[in-house]
Amino acid sequence: MFKFLGSPPPLPRWAEVLLLPLINLFVAFLACALVIAAIGEKPVEVLWTLFQGPFLFPGNMGYTLYYTTNFIFTGLAVAVAFHAKMFNIGGEGQATLGGLGVGLLVMALGSSLPMILMVPLVIVFSAAFGAAWALVPGYLQAYRGSHIVITTIMFNFIAAAIMVSLLSGPMMQPGQMSPQTGPFPGNAILYKTHDVLHWLGMGKVAESPMNLSFFIGILALIGVWLLIWRTRLGYQIRAVGHNPEAAHYAGINVPRVVLLTMAISGALAGMMALNEVAGAQQRVILNFSGNYGFVGIAVALIGRNHPVGIFLASLLFGALYQGGTEIDFNYQSITREMVVLIQGLIILFSGALYYMFNPWLARLLYAILPRKASGEGAAS
Amino acid sequence: MNDLAFQLLLALDASLRLAAPLMLCAMAGIFSERSGIVDISLEGKLLASAFVAAAVTAATGSVWLGLAAAMLSSMMLSVLHGFATITHRGDQVVSGLAINMLAMGFTIVVGHAVFARGGQTPALTDNQRFSPITLPFADQLTAIPYVGPIYKELISGHSLLVYMALAAVPLTAFVLYRSRFGLRLRAVGEVPEAVDSAGISVFWLRYRALMLGGLLCGIAGAYLSTASGAGFVREMSAGKGYIALAAVIFGNWRPFRALGACLMFGFLEAMTARLEGVDFPVVGVLPTQLMQALPYVLTVLLLAGFIGRPTPPAAIGQPYIK
Repeated sequence: MFKFLGSPPPLPRWAEVLLLPLINLFVAFLACALVIAAIGEKPVEVLWTLFQGPFLFPGNMGYTLYYTTNFIFTGLAVAVAFHAKMFNIGGEGQATLGGLGVGLLVMALGSSLPMILMVPLVIVFSAAFGAAWALVPGYLQAYRGSHIVITTIMFNFIAAAIMVSLLSGPMMQPGQMSPQTGPFPGNAILYKTHDVLHWLGMGKVAESPMNLSFFIGILALIGVWLLIWRTRLGYQIRAVGHNPEAAHYAGINVPRVVLLTMAISGALAGMMALNEVAGAQQRVILNFSGNYGFVGIAVALIGRNHPVGIFLASLLFGALYQGGTEIDFNYQSITREMVVLIQGLIILFSGALYYMFNPWLARLLYAILPRKASGEGAAS
Repeated sequence: MNDLAFQLLLALDASLRLAAPLMLCAMAGIFSERSGIVDISLEGKLLASAFVAAAVTAATGSVWLGLAAAMLSSMMLSVLHGFATITHRGDQVVSGLAINMLAMGFTIVVGHAVFARGGQTPALTDNQRFSPITLPFADQLTAIPYVGPIYKELISGHSLLVYMALAAVPLTAFVLYRSRFGLRLRAVGEVPEAVDSAGISVFWLRYRALMLGGLLCGIAGAYLSTASGAGFVREMSAGKGYIALAAVIFGNWRPFRALGACLMFGFLEAMTARLEGVDFPVVGVLPTQLMQALPYVLTVLLLAGFIGRPTPPAAIGQPYIK
């Protein structure tokens, strides 16, 4: 009975992938319910509003998927770096730079190129600028020994400063006082989904900021799956993540893998700008990255760094964001920042306290699940 | 004393005001990181305690209760950080991030629910704040050249919390380098196994280090909302916790060097505010927004080994497994 007091038995795979994340999520919402109760509202009612928010009105689903797109990109960015045991918390800055790249491209070329050339360029620029902004911390980690976490934090602030000074200076729309660029010409934008569906003869679809970058996000999910589990580089990334010394001994150029991983991670974060800048706003506005880069960490944690998990976690967070707006509408005493609180709780329970319930659950499952006769049961 | 020198004096005075919360948070960061725990949750603790200080002061009318509550709330977040990273060996960066987000969401949600002012707390009156203290003889001594103005403008006329921040630095240094607790604290950040084999609890030491840090962050938070400001506004900490973390690294995890970094960062901030829009001959208007990024740029350069070599505590970031 007390055999596993020191170290718990291993968790079955299905429990680790499915049950434990669900328990952690549940506890996070339970803690949030306590806060709601303390404020003096009915927790079940508020959380119910939060969850059905995405489905209440036509068009809400579009909003949900629009938020989801941001989380797909930033979640993937964090996950790719995680596979090499690197913690990229610079998604915020990389997304900012991605938007900056798109803005500079549009300013430079205007409406001179046809859409068929311009839109691919927009995609390349968002990824390239994000990648470049992640490459520097990657280089400093690989060759100069500075820690990626600290450097990427610093780079977030530097990116924000660059953004403010450019948007309130050279890039500002002439004759405007708010720090933003002028609207993009029609050749440089990603179409809104409701427009596309309308043209395709689907009738009148409710308007939302959801745009074609959602489908680029889906492609990115597939691409990351292929990269991590089906390519040589992906294998090297995972090898470096498991054990850099062993990877080096096996002939893998570790610094090169670190650089490439960070570049890919940064490119994905930068592509978040496709959704916000090229799709939804169709101009560069200040702070469009809106903490999505940080929430990407929560997405990757819950999604267990796997594209399928990241997609589901992105949907959950997208729905939460949309639900937050419903809460804003329906409750006087609760604001949409309730969602930020929930995100914090989710990161706490699914990330930092991930191991809290693990031993309990493992012991419980070990006790109640039938075991193979030849297994540990026979040994005792 | 000519005008330029007097302007410089005023700028230094402003630097000290801006550096005070950084100093407190940096000392908090030194305690935590020297014990082996990465602490990016300085930001969240600063924000939460700024809110609690203003909210409790507004509710009770006593700024001292506000300060006490701020220190308590910040220490509770420290204990949470410890619970996740020391007891449950969770990732220290993830835990810090969670606390920062919790603080951001919690202050706005609770602030909105309690005060219904869009996340702000009611404005505090003068007797509900830590107001400037005029040191003795400040006015009488102004006649003395140099010493007088420096004493009056730079040294005198700050709130109590600024003096507490200034005192925190030598106190931190003393505790760290001259006390038994400090010796063990430094050891636990370098070789926790050695401390453990001497029969001293690694867990309890790290918890105490974190709680001390929480205490200091609490004072810094109270400074933001009840001394330099008159009430809480949302996202009041505005990255100061991260700048303090940069100062810790810049100061190579040593109190007096970190103080130097804090003063430098404070001076940069004071100068950006002063130079905004000023048209200089030859160079023109300085890009002040870019200057705000200087602390971060300098820290990156330092970390990359272009200005000296940082030597972080050896065991930092690794949970201790007994």
